[in-house]
Amino acid sequence: MSIDLINQVITGLLTGLVYSLLALGLSVIFGVVRVVNFAHGEMTALAMYGAWALATYLDLDPLVGMPLIAVVMFVCGYGLQRGLVDSFVSKPEHMQFILMVTLAIIMVNASLLAFGPDAHGIQVSYGFDTYEIGPLLIDKVRLLSAAAALTISLLLMGFFRLTLMGKAIRACADNLVGARVIGLDVKRLYAVTFGIGTACVGAAGALLSLLIDVMPATGPELTLLSFIIVIVGGLGSMTGALLGGMLIGVSEVLAGYFLMPSMKSMFSFAILILVLVLRPQGLLGARR
Amino acid sequence: MKQHFALIALLVLFALAPLAAGPYLLSVLMLVLYMAYLGQAWNIMMGFAGQLSLGHSLYGGLGAYVAAALFAQFGVPGALGLVAGVAVAVAAGAAIGALGFRFGVKGVYFALLTIAFAEFTRVLFEHIPGLGGPGGLFLPVASRSGVDLLYLRGHPLMFYYLILAMTAGIFLLCRRLLDSRLGFYWLAVREDQEAAAALGINVFRAKLWAVMLSAGLTSAGGVFFAFYYNSLFPAQAFGMGRSIDIILAPIVGGLGTLFGPILGALILTPLGEVITWGTEAMGYNPAGLKQLCYGLAMLGIVKFRPDGVWPWLRRRLGWDGEGTP
Repeated sequence: MSIDLINQVITGLLTGLVYSLLALGLSVIFGVVRVVNFAHGEMTALAMYGAWALATYLDLDPLVGMPLIAVVMFVCGYGLQRGLVDSFVSKPEHMQFILMVTLAIIMVNASLLAFGPDAHGIQVSYGFDTYEIGPLLIDKVRLLSAAAALTISLLLMGFFRLTLMGKAIRACADNLVGARVIGLDVKRLYAVTFGIGTACVGAAGALLSLLIDVMPATGPELTLLSFIIVIVGGLGSMTGALLGGMLIGVSEVLAGYFLMPSMKSMFSFAILILVLVLRPQGLLGARR
Repeated sequence: MKQHFALIALLVLFALAPLAAGPYLLSVLMLVLYMAYLGQAWNIMMGFAGQLSLGHSLYGGLGAYVAAALFAQFGVPGALGLVAGVAVAVAAGAAIGALGFRFGVKGVYFALLTIAFAEFTRVLFEHIPGLGGPGGLFLPVASRSGVDLLYLRGHPLMFYYLILAMTAGIFLLCRRLLDSRLGFYWLAVREDQEAAAALGINVFRAKLWAVMLSAGLTSAGGVFFAFYYNSLFPAQAFGMGRSIDIILAPIVGGLGTLFGPILGALILTPLGEVITWGTEAMGYNPAGLKQLCYGLAMLGIVKFRPDGVWPWLRRRLGWDGEGTP
């Protein structure tokens, strides 16, 4: 393998870690609330616009603005679940799909109205810095975002394993009736879960805004991307989402390297089809 | 009986509409019929057999591209291209269905599989230079007068009556299907697949029939679209947006009912036009405003009529008792 290729793979891995955080949000929401968030990417795009606005008008680095965006997105997610999504939890899948798609349409066009069709990117002062390790070149922005994404992902896993609330949420996912029997406030836990999912979206969006430009069409693309990652890794498996993110990140750069960058999503979809057919529970998912 | 009268009245109304309607109204009515047709085709798979497909643009796009490419490149008549396009779409539907059903891909996972195939094909077609790539495929237009059903070229009125005939045809077909053995198999599979299998129904075959029929009928709609609008773009023909458009009418109208797709199309298409008209009348029409209003209106419908408008309307009209289209 040439050095150039290795550099590409590292770039893919680092971008993939940010994808992982994004996918983690989707996985958490579906794993617990059992609603497929078809507006996931559109929410991410909104978070990216938020990061862009903070960086442009308040001169706030996205890495610094990230917690703020995550908190705002948590509140939005919590409210959305309570006010709207909750009444659809027991409805059939296609109704949930229509609800989320309708929300997605609203978000895409609201951002089109507010920010116009042009791409918005953020330039930070360290944007072109690279670390040289031997012959390897690593972008500073990418490394920082990947490190932040990985830290948040690990914290989230810790939350679900170690805290009482995390355990309560997992109880809802494992056995809903049992969770009700022992007196858990399922509605509130669902809202918290949805909020955690959208907070992941907020954090991932802030980090992504450093790596890619945002425009209204970014939303639908990221929705499909997060779906691919979650299914490939295994729905409900958090380590699966991490692995899936890195896998798709690498497959994207390899498709760009060997073929054409515009064909990268075709590769991801081919991987998705293979996984759905050969191992529908995902690479790390438990057998259903 | 009342339902049949209502239906015949609707058909007569649509058939006589060109006498009174101008070109604009006619194009809106055509869009209504087109959405109703596609919605009904999708309804076969989801409403009758219970298999959620969110990638139906794949079949419409395949039919459209095959027929249009044959015509544009080799001058093959549209009617023959239609046969080829439908054949390709049926084969694709059969392949995806067989793959999904054989490997037990169910529910949301099956829906994602259909999206994956549609998106895969979209990017694939964007990289076929012979078909215009992302820049689109355009059909030569010789004249907009006369009636040439073999080449599918002619006056807009010809297309109007063509789509009216297609919509009436698919309605009758679905009516017959629901009364057929296959239709009862589908309902059994939709309600409880395991129970249906236990009764000796070949579930795999029943579902495969649904996909193939739905795919073939959808692709015929795609061919109509290609020859009426004379241009095709992968991002539109295979895009998620098209798939969503296809499923909106039956869901808003009432899933699994015969009237649902027609009613849904009758609500949604004029709604879109009214919003366009309203935003233009206000003199303030930035990009995105129309779709934003449309989305908000959809949200209202979805929130307050989650089972669709037709089942609710049927109850209000007191037509519930007499057999249920």
